[in-house]
Amino acid sequence: MSLNWYRYASPGKFYPVASKMIPWFATAAAILFIIGLYVGLFLAPRDFQQGEAYRVLFIHVPAAWMGMLLYILMAIYAGIGWAFNARLSSMMASSLSITGAMFTFLSLVTGSMWGKPTWGTWWVWDARTTSTLILLFLYIGFVSLQSAIDDPRRADRAGAVLALVGVINVPIIYYSVQWWNTLHQGATIRIVDKPTIAAPMLAAMLIMLAACWLYSIAVVLTRLCCAIIERERGVGWREEALTR
Amino acid sequence: MSTPSQFAMFRWLVRRDLTLAWRRRADALSTLFFFVIVVSLFPLSIGPDTQLLRSIASGLVWVAALLASMLSLGRLFAGDYVDGTLEQMLMTPQPLYLIVLGKAFAQWLVSEVPLILITPLVGTQFGWTRSALLLLVVSLVLGIPVFSLIGSIGAALTLGLRGGGVLLSLLVLPLYIPALIFGAGAAEASLASGSPEANLYLLGAVLVLTVVFAPWATSAALRISLE
Repeated sequence: MSLNWYRYASPGKFYPVASKMIPWFATAAAILFIIGLYVGLFLAPRDFQQGEAYRVLFIHVPAAWMGMLLYILMAIYAGIGWAFNARLSSMMASSLSITGAMFTFLSLVTGSMWGKPTWGTWWVWDARTTSTLILLFLYIGFVSLQSAIDDPRRADRAGAVLALVGVINVPIIYYSVQWWNTLHQGATIRIVDKPTIAAPMLAAMLIMLAACWLYSIAVVLTRLCCAIIERERGVGWREEALTR
Repeated sequence: MSTPSQFAMFRWLVRRDLTLAWRRRADALSTLFFFVIVVSLFPLSIGPDTQLLRSIASGLVWVAALLASMLSLGRLFAGDYVDGTLEQMLMTPQPLYLIVLGKAFAQWLVSEVPLILITPLVGTQFGWTRSALLLLVVSLVLGIPVFSLIGSIGAALTLGLRGGGVLLSLLVLPLYIPALIFGAGAAEASLASGSPEANLYLLGAVLVLTVVFAPWATSAALRISLE
């Protein structure tokens, strides 16, 4: 029997499955966070050059990855929702946007916490920092456009146009910022190429990344379920599911 | 009845927008004065140190031009949207792509050409050499259409929304960044007697990409906003 993927594109079919999966993802995320923090804070050795301060990277690096990946994912879902008129995809894009913005913000904050002891300054106009900041602006634009539009279908489509324009612009912005930086100040501050990373460090990083993924899935699904409940007001299955 | 050719439509649209702008001259002039005032505010806030001003002037002029071109974006579709003309335009057999391009072109002639023309005058306030001024003008000629074309996407998306003006700036300002970097970089390189060509080429590439793709995105956004 072949699996019918379109079955779960309907909010009525998706909601019962998703709401059952949320606790599993949330529990797994919590367990992995605890393991990852233990490995990162207690088992991983002290860094030769950066001292203890480098440990903030165990949350910084996964957060930065998540911020970028979730933007691309958001644009894909928004595009699918627009092209195929699939409202569940569009709701997914809106749910992803806030988590993505949160991770981008978190990576900026933890990045400056790491930069103060290591580089001696809270903020550097370095290519990566600047492009992450611009990514946060793109998320803010998406969220504020969607919240300014009252009609949910128009909000979905307008958001899709903006997300797709944004995702095409992301590489252009990234390279322009990189070239701008090299033109202006050159390599005055550079992260010294670290020797091969110690095994516990790598393990902590990967566990934290997995924890961030699971956390994102749990939170996005929760937000998606709330969006479904809100939007499918007055539809038969929803009244049944809520009173059951 | 035969439908007019696509080029006739484009010409008609530009002429109509120019006529409308001519009847409301104050709108275009206010953008221009805004630009001049913003540029003149910087020496007042930073101090009259000529050396410092000369070194940052290209960035100042570029940011002021960016803000000024954003001011006029709200008017791009708003008037036609309110009186229903835009809806009629969407129903014509001519491609919406050309309509958007025509409106953006008219907007460029009305609000941005004057701004580029007055730049040499503004630049002399900062004691620039002639070649540096020429480069600044060239970079603005290439860069400002990028602003109005990308801005038209945002203007179409925010059509008829409350708080449209501030929202519009949130949407489009991050997308302006590549043009700003390359444009201000070209003008800056001329001051530092570096080579501005690389930045100008990149700015030209961004312009070509925008001319091809932005009207398409704007058309899609207009259809979404007007359905």
